[in-house]
Amino acid sequence: MTTVDTTDGRGPAGGAPLLRTVELTRHFRLGGLLSNRVLHAVDDLTITIADREIVALVGESGSGKSTVARLLARLYRPTRGTIHYRGRSVESLRSRADILWYRGQVPMVFQDPYSSMNPVFRVSHGVSRNLRLHRRELGRAARHDEAERVFEAVGLTPAAEMLSKFPYEMSGGQRQRVGFAQALALRPRLILADEPVSMLDVSIRAGVLNLMADLRQREEVSILYITHDLASARYVADRILVMYAGHLVETGPTEVVLSQPKHPYTQLLLSAVPDPREEVSVEATTDLGEPPRVINPTEGCRFRFRCPLAIDECSRVTPRLRPMGPEHQAACHVATPDPATAATASQPIAPGPPAESV
Amino acid sequence: MPGALLEVRDLSVDYITDAGNVRAVDQVDLDLQPGEFLGVVGESGCGKSTMVFAIAQLLFPPAEIAGGSVTFKGQDMVRLGDTELRHIRWRDYSVVMQSAMNALNPMKSIEAQFRDTMRAHGDMGTEEIRERSAEVLRIVGIDPVHLRSYPHQLSGGMRQRAMIAMALLFTPELVMMDEPTSALDVVAQRSLMSQVKQLQERLGFAVIFVTHDMSVVARYSDRLLVMYAGQVAEVGPTRAMFESPPLHPYSRGLLDAFPSIHGPRRELIGIPGSPPDLGRPPSGCRFQPRCPVAMPPCSSVPPRLYPVRRSQVRCLLYDEAITEAAPERQAAVKP
Repeated sequence: MTTVDTTDGRGPAGGAPLLRTVELTRHFRLGGLLSNRVLHAVDDLTITIADREIVALVGESGSGKSTVARLLARLYRPTRGTIHYRGRSVESLRSRADILWYRGQVPMVFQDPYSSMNPVFRVSHGVSRNLRLHRRELGRAARHDEAERVFEAVGLTPAAEMLSKFPYEMSGGQRQRVGFAQALALRPRLILADEPVSMLDVSIRAGVLNLMADLRQREEVSILYITHDLASARYVADRILVMYAGHLVETGPTEVVLSQPKHPYTQLLLSAVPDPREEVSVEATTDLGEPPRVINPTEGCRFRFRCPLAIDECSRVTPRLRPMGPEHQAACHVATPDPATAATASQPIAPGPPAESV
Repeated sequence: MPGALLEVRDLSVDYITDAGNVRAVDQVDLDLQPGEFLGVVGESGCGKSTMVFAIAQLLFPPAEIAGGSVTFKGQDMVRLGDTELRHIRWRDYSVVMQSAMNALNPMKSIEAQFRDTMRAHGDMGTEEIRERSAEVLRIVGIDPVHLRSYPHQLSGGMRQRAMIAMALLFTPELVMMDEPTSALDVVAQRSLMSQVKQLQERLGFAVIFVTHDMSVVARYSDRLLVMYAGQVAEVGPTRAMFESPPLHPYSRGLLDAFPSIHGPRRELIGIPGSPPDLGRPPSGCRFQPRCPVAMPPCSSVPPRLYPVRRSQVRCLLYDEAITEAAPERQAAVKP
């Protein structure tokens, strides 16, 4: 993967990945003051995102994927663990200028294009507000030009006309493009896109998916694409991270994960993808798709209650990510690595927490 | 058609606005046999939900039925009064709404809501009501202990299944479902769909299933009806639509908008543009401004439904008088 040096003179140059988390954990306390019920939304998440990379974070509702986005956006504080952006600890950013800088580098695009925009303002409002706040060097005319540029970049043309519209005058797909334009105005390096197409009609999803691929090409941004739809993840992402109940359960290059899924949960997700071109058949399913509830979890694999392959060990030992193939890892006691990987994996690996490869 | 459970003829629905009437459903014809599973597919704003509400006689102002008839089990529902409707609603047909979160009363337990429905539409004793409530919950795979649960205590998938259980309280002959799965994850969605299909095969009711996602109904429906801008664009057996490319360019666009999980990765085109403003529909064919294979006559001649093989298609490509004038067109598009 290429590392482009675009540090804006802020963080340390080169070398460090764009973003890296180490054992990122977020718990929520539930109930009243004396309650000791703790919801484990994200546990020990260690991931990296490289420059100009589209990474899909896949899982059901309740898997913790949106919490990850909010942690990365600094909307939540981690309970434990760290986030490093260009080698710099995000937690250590204290001054308003530093925090603004980080928010500009790593903005978020929200799921619901119908409620994430203020209906009483024209759509230019959000973009110019971002420009005034984050790029104070720009004058009024320059701001206007920049607003037009980002609108054109997301395919909202003619830009001048589009900028003067109100949200209700736009379709869902156009509004989602405004969301991306607002993020682009910040000159970001990593866009956190939380289910950006799930509220859109199937017919316009393709356009937004293509837009993401396009932004990576032309604007050289990375994108964390959060979704429960493996088919769209396959369409845009270089790498896939699969989360279940707050744990990362499988990770690897998109085509590898989808053609040789090792974790039973990935296999379940994959089998549930509807494909209109598929044989017409009705199969009996026992899995009701109930999202996991991870309150005060005990040791063991969190998928074991739904897993058809669960063995004794699964309820005693929490599986950690282990190599399954080149750049391919899964956290499962039962999964068998590819033969070549199995040979190397039996030798002792370097100590330390199982880190995900870049 | 003899023995049809539901016959919709020329059904039109208008939304009355200050700026004039907007025709959301335009002269729809539809037949449904007992036990048949019909998928209704289209983008937001194509009139598919309005059509279902019109069939169920659930429209409220500013929407009103502007013409046509809905014959259900031999009765014209458009002419029935509220009292008569109350006797057949829920007993003979029921509706599962899109958002179970909003359709269930947050202040009442599941049991209380089931009881309300049963009291309003039937005369059963308390014990009988409780037994039936537990039974329908079991049918959809929810433990009857949840009768005492409130909607917020159930997951999205369970709420949606509770709605379906409610629709089955009286074992109706027709269940209409308006996007019941669109708020669910893939796994929950697949599970719900196969459950609906199994229940339908076991209990024998007919289903009208409305969705914007063709892939959801593709595997479960007997027939598909594709709606565009208030009109039927294509209707035919589901198998026919997936065995060969769909006949209408719009249906083909809907199908090609899916990223596939199998086979080679190919570029998705989607459907350019957005659906028309129904207050000012385009002249000629309503899909023509977005159509990749539009011909000159498309902007002036409104197409009717043409029978093609086992389907009916609203597209001038299948009008022989027009395609004969431009035979290269015919060759370019017909499979």
